[in-house]
Amino acid sequence: MDALLLARIQFAANITFHILFPTITIALCWFLLFFKLRYDAGRGEHWLDAYRFWVKIFALSFALGVVSGVTMSFQFGTNWPGFMETVGNVAGPLLAYEVLTAFFLEATFLGIMLFGTGRVSNRIHTVATVLVALGTTASAFWILALNSWMQTPAGFEMIDGKAHVVSWWGILFTPSLPYRLTHMLIASGLTAAFLMAGVSAYRWLRGDNSPSVLAALRTGVTVAAILIPVQILVGDQHGLNTLEHQPAKIAAMEGIWETERNAPLRLFAIPDEAARTNHYEILIPQLASWILTHSSDGEVKGLNAFQGNHPPVAPVFFAFRIMVGMGLLMLAVSWLAAWQLWRRGEPGRWLARGLVGMTFAGWIATVAGWYTTEIGRQPWLVSGVLRTADAAAPSVTAPMIGLSLAMYLALYALLLASFIFVVFHIARRAGQSSAGDKTPGGLFAPHPSVTRS
Amino acid sequence: MWSYLTSADVLPVIFAGLMGLSILLYVILDGYDLGVGILMSDAEPNEKDVMVASIGPFWDANETWLVLGIGLLLVAFPIAHGIILTALYLPVAIMLAGLILRGVAFDFRAKVGEEHKTLWDHTFIAGSLLAALAQGFMLGVYIVGFEWNVLNASFGILCGVCLAAGYAFIGACWLIMKTEGDLQAKAVRWARIFVWVTAIGLAAVSLATPFVSARIFEKWFSLPNFLILLPIPVTAGGLIIGLELLLRRMPFPGDRLHWLPFVGAAAIFLLGFAGLAYSFFPFVVLDRLTIWQAASAPESLTFMLVGIVIVLPCILAYTAYAYSVFWGKVRELSYY
Repeated sequence: MDALLLARIQFAANITFHILFPTITIALCWFLLFFKLRYDAGRGEHWLDAYRFWVKIFALSFALGVVSGVTMSFQFGTNWPGFMETVGNVAGPLLAYEVLTAFFLEATFLGIMLFGTGRVSNRIHTVATVLVALGTTASAFWILALNSWMQTPAGFEMIDGKAHVVSWWGILFTPSLPYRLTHMLIASGLTAAFLMAGVSAYRWLRGDNSPSVLAALRTGVTVAAILIPVQILVGDQHGLNTLEHQPAKIAAMEGIWETERNAPLRLFAIPDEAARTNHYEILIPQLASWILTHSSDGEVKGLNAFQGNHPPVAPVFFAFRIMVGMGLLMLAVSWLAAWQLWRRGEPGRWLARGLVGMTFAGWIATVAGWYTTEIGRQPWLVSGVLRTADAAAPSVTAPMIGLSLAMYLALYALLLASFIFVVFHIARRAGQSSAGDKTPGGLFAPHPSVTRS
Repeated sequence: MWSYLTSADVLPVIFAGLMGLSILLYVILDGYDLGVGILMSDAEPNEKDVMVASIGPFWDANETWLVLGIGLLLVAFPIAHGIILTALYLPVAIMLAGLILRGVAFDFRAKVGEEHKTLWDHTFIAGSLLAALAQGFMLGVYIVGFEWNVLNASFGILCGVCLAAGYAFIGACWLIMKTEGDLQAKAVRWARIFVWVTAIGLAAVSLATPFVSARIFEKWFSLPNFLILLPIPVTAGGLIIGLELLLRRMPFPGDRLHWLPFVGAAAIFLLGFAGLAYSFFPFVVLDRLTIWQAASAPESLTFMLVGIVIVLPCILAYTAYAYSVFWGKVRELSYY
């Protein structure tokens, strides 16, 4: 394999591993804040129990996000020196602002959030939780601003082969940013919601029906049931925005080789890059035209319009279908669970098992979505500005990348397995000691309104 | 004033200074927590819990200084970032593996049963040591300008060992400040050993650097520079001897001056860093690329400078606040 391909696999492996954890933490911190505020408002000790349990999973996810994120800050240079040389004037400040406004904030106040109980007042502890939540969300804003600029660049001019800034406003708020940011934040909400619902259902199935478990289960299911229809709507809008700015990506997502009117929706197909056609198509007539142009005979540009300049079709086509399929499954499961919880106060056993099975559903949908949009941008690293091939490191040899790739892959497999193992392990352990569990050292004095009641 | 600061001549100097500040803060701050990780190899299980608790609230933010330092190199001197990180490709990968392992081991060890805790403790120790060795090795080959030969590689390995010893030294000083009783006494013994290994390392780097670059030799050993710069090595030497004398008598009754070894260790790191910075300036890649040649466009640096001027004081303020919250001795593992 050549160095470019290995460099791409390595970066993809690293960024795939990385995104799993911020996807959890961005939203989970707002869930934690919700638990904390319920407790502060005197709604019961079990909200603090829920906080204590979920802050452990938050801390673990955060640590994995930090260490894989540090890796990324180096790999920009080791794998893609051409990226910074060409568009460093744009990308650099956005990354710098992420470090300055988000990383330090979240890392510092996480220390207080995790270890500050007993050393700071309850109010300061809540403020620390707010600041960490703001930090994780600010981090998402900066990185998505950069990614959106790479997808739909604006606000710059090229001078001697280097991007120079014309307008920071134009760079920050590119046409695709509002859609991408909303889509990703909701994806994070869904990932955390399904994680919470799945782990709580697991504890519930093991006979732990303490109020904190049911509170977390209800919170997870409710948030999932509310967010998923919103996400489907936002996803549709995001798609229309992509059609306007990156039509080649849409053609690949839909598997449309030739420009056509009355374009059918391909539910399934096997795209054949060499023959430039699909095999084994299952079609719904006119639906693609209808979705993309909101008119049944609307014209949809095919890949033939972008020959030599469009992404590889099969990975984009399949990743998109995995994401959508996962979204529909999430819709069905979360609504069923919400309905059951509303009617009976607890889930049915088979549905609880379904929720456990869906614990990491958000990961699959998020990664599939990122593969769709990132592979869909190829062969460009920055659309129309810089090709991926031109950004690779010429001096790093294939064996060197291969060696470090093997190391990273082994490490990531180990850590991912450990993460999943530990999440369920602490869920089991929490169940064993859940009755009146108080962490040694004592947390906060019970809230006055709790002791009163 | 602002237009002077944001001119193409001055901006790269400011950003080199900011990058230097981040790296110095990283080496001191993550240095002590990596050092505590290394020292855990010689600690009893109950001591390990206290040692981990002493760095728990801080390691995340400490590591962020590395991200800022590398981030500033990336954004302010993108060409240098490419040259340096591709030349250091494998050591960087090894360092990252070390940092990843220790960062997660830290969290995993507290959440798994006793049967797996030892495994994660070993991972934590190994990860800390690996990261420290790799960083020192990178510093060494950076100093010799990425010329690969046996002599330079040995110099890199020497630097690796010495930086790991330096981290263990400042880590021991941190423990003197944060712990009490038997563990504190043990930390004093560790500090007395590693202060000398650190001293040897500093001497080795100081002697080697002038010989890899005629320019650096000229900068140090021409008159009157030599006399003006003499206070740097003399102060460092004095500090090391002073620390040895201090540590012999520690701990003092009532735990007086328990913070002094840490301050002394940080001062030694500062002096070493100052000497290195003086040797290199204005080059970002030794004798090949100056900070002006490597710098990004002034409009991008200006945009960042605005943010830095506003945000950096806030970061320093809330970092100080976090340290004040956790001021004092760690007694038990108060893990949320």
